[in-house]
Amino acid sequence: MSVLTTNYLTPTGREEAWRFTPLKRLRGLHDGLAIQSDRETLITKGALPSGVSFVRENLEPLASSDDVIIERVRGAATSVAHLAIAANTELAEPIFLGRSAGALDTAEFSRVRITLGTHAVATVIVENTTDTVLAEDLEIYCAPGSNLKFVTLQEFESKSVYTARHHAVVDKDATFKSITVTVGGDVVRILPTVEFKAPGASADLLGVYFATAGQFFEHRMHVDHAVPHAKSNVNYKGALAGKDAHTVWIGDVLIRAAAEGTDTYELNRNLLLSDGARADSVPNLEIETGEIIGAGHASTTGRFDDEQLFYLMSRGIAMADARRLVVRGFFNEIVSEIGNEEIQTRIMDRIDTELEKAAHHG
Amino acid sequence: MSTLEIRNLQVSVDTDNGTVEILKGVDLTIKSGETHAIMGPNGSGKSTLAYSIAGHPKYTITGGSVTLDGIDVLEMTVDERAKAGLFLAMQYPVEVPGVSVSNFLRTAATALRGEAPKLRTWVGEVKDAMEALNMDPSFATRNVNEGFSGGEKKRHEIMQLELLKPKMAILDETDSGLDVDALRIVSEGVNRAKAANNLGVILITHYTRILRYIQPDFVHVFANGRVVEQGGPELAEKLEANGYADYVSK
Repeated sequence: MSVLTTNYLTPTGREEAWRFTPLKRLRGLHDGLAIQSDRETLITKGALPSGVSFVRENLEPLASSDDVIIERVRGAATSVAHLAIAANTELAEPIFLGRSAGALDTAEFSRVRITLGTHAVATVIVENTTDTVLAEDLEIYCAPGSNLKFVTLQEFESKSVYTARHHAVVDKDATFKSITVTVGGDVVRILPTVEFKAPGASADLLGVYFATAGQFFEHRMHVDHAVPHAKSNVNYKGALAGKDAHTVWIGDVLIRAAAEGTDTYELNRNLLLSDGARADSVPNLEIETGEIIGAGHASTTGRFDDEQLFYLMSRGIAMADARRLVVRGFFNEIVSEIGNEEIQTRIMDRIDTELEKAAHHG
Repeated sequence: MSTLEIRNLQVSVDTDNGTVEILKGVDLTIKSGETHAIMGPNGSGKSTLAYSIAGHPKYTITGGSVTLDGIDVLEMTVDERAKAGLFLAMQYPVEVPGVSVSNFLRTAATALRGEAPKLRTWVGEVKDAMEALNMDPSFATRNVNEGFSGGEKKRHEIMQLELLKPKMAILDETDSGLDVDALRIVSEGVNRAKAANNLGVILITHYTRILRYIQPDFVHVFANGRVVEQGGPELAEKLEANGYADYVSK
C-alpha cells in the first residue's frame, strides 16, 4: 500500500474522538514527536501447535482507519506480526502472545494480525506486562464458521503509554469474543472495533478496567452492523479509586439500513470507590432500520451499595473484606469468562492490590 | 447464658421531609433460650428496631441503650455486633452479584470464628445445613440472593442462622411471602437453632401463623414506636381474633 508521509492530522483535543484523552501524556504518539524504535517485541510463549504459524510478513490492512495514531503505525511499521490458525484447526489450549520488553524513551509502532481459517476454533491470550510506549494496529479476521476467544491483558507498568485499535472482521457464522482487561499503565487507549462481513456473525465484547490515582484508561468501542442477522453484545465494567483516576468508555453501535435482523446490546457499569475519580460513559446507538430483533444500551456509574456492605458486615465480615468481596463480585462476571484459572487469579489479586493501595491513599 | 437489654431506645431516620422519630422509647429484655414475638401493624417501627440493633447506617440512635451481657452494642460497628453474637434475618435479603453463596458463607464463618473453618468439615457442615432446609446443592454456586425466589431468600437466611450460631437472633418478618410448606421448613430451622445453641429470638411478625410453628414465650404488641402491651402466647390469640385496631386508635 502507498503511504502518505505527510498530512497526518494531529489531534488538538477538540475532536470528538480525542476530547477525553490527555494528549500531553501520549509521549508524542499522536503528533509524530515520538522517536520510533525498531524493536518488535511481540513474541509467542511456548511452542506453537500444528496448524498454527507466527511469522513477520507484509500484509495490506484489513480495514481502513480514521485514527491518526493507527495511520502513523501503518506508515511506520515495516512488517506485520501474523498469527495464523489454519482452517479446521481446533485448539484445546490457548495460544499465548505477549510483550515483556519495551522502553519509555522511544516508541514501538506495531502491526499485528490474527487470522482464523474457516471453522478454526482458538483462544488467543495477549499479555502486556512491560513499561513501554506502544502504538498498535491489531487486526483480526475470523473466517466463516470460525470461533475466536481473544483475551488482552493490559498489565503494564505504571509509566506505560499504550494506544491501540483491536479491529475484528467477523465473517459468516463466525463467533468472536474479546475480553479486554486494563489494570496497568499511565495512559491506555484502546479502540475495540468490530465489523460484520456476512450474516450469522456474532461478537461478544467484554472488558474490565481498574484505574487508580492518576491513571487514564479509555475504551472506545465501535460495532458496525452493516449486514443482516448479526449479533453483538458489549459488556464493560470498570472501577476507579484515587485522585484523578479517569476512565472513558464510549460505546458506538451503528445499525445500517441493510442490517435487518440485528440483535445488539451494550452495557457499561462503573464503580467509583473514592472521591476525586472520574468515569465518563457514553453509549451511542445509531439505528437506520427498524427491522431488527433488538437494540439496547445501559450505562451506570455508582458508588458502593451500602445495602450490600451492610448485609455482608451483618454476618461478621469486616468493612475492608466486604468491600473486597463486592469489588471482586462486580468483576467476576467478566473475569471468569477468561477461562484460565491462573490468569483469573492473577487479575483478581491485582484488583485486590489496587483496592488496598487506594484504601491507604484515601 | 446471655441477655440482650434494650432500654428506652429512641431512633430517628432522615427523610426528604426532614427527620422522623420512629422509635419512641423501647424497653425489652431477651435472655438465651427465650423467644419474644413482636407483633404490630405496618409502620409501627418493628423493622426499625431490628435494623437499629444490627447497626444499619440509615438509622440514628437519639437515645437509650442496647447492651449484650452488659456490653454496649450501639458503640460497635456492624461486623462487631455480629461477632458479639447478634444475627439479623432480613425481610429483604440483599443481592450481592458475583459473590457465590459458598464463598460468602466461608468468609462469614472465617470472620466469626476467627479462623478459616477446616475445609473437610466445612463442606459437610454446609451440605447438612442446606439439606436440612431442603435446598438444592446447586445453591452453593449461585450468587448471594441473586435471582432467588422469596422462599429461597428466607431459607438462605435461616441456613446462615444455623451455620453461624449467634447468641441472639432477630427475625424480621421471616414468615412474609412463604407458603405453608416453606414456612414449616424455615420454622423448623429456627427451632433447631434454638435447641442447638440456646438461642434467644426476637421474632418480628405481622401475622400469628408463624407462632403455630415457633412457640413464643412472650408477646409484645408494637404500635407507634413503642411496646403498648405485653403478655404470653395468649396475647397472640387475642390479636388473631381482634387485629390491631385497638392499638392503632390509641
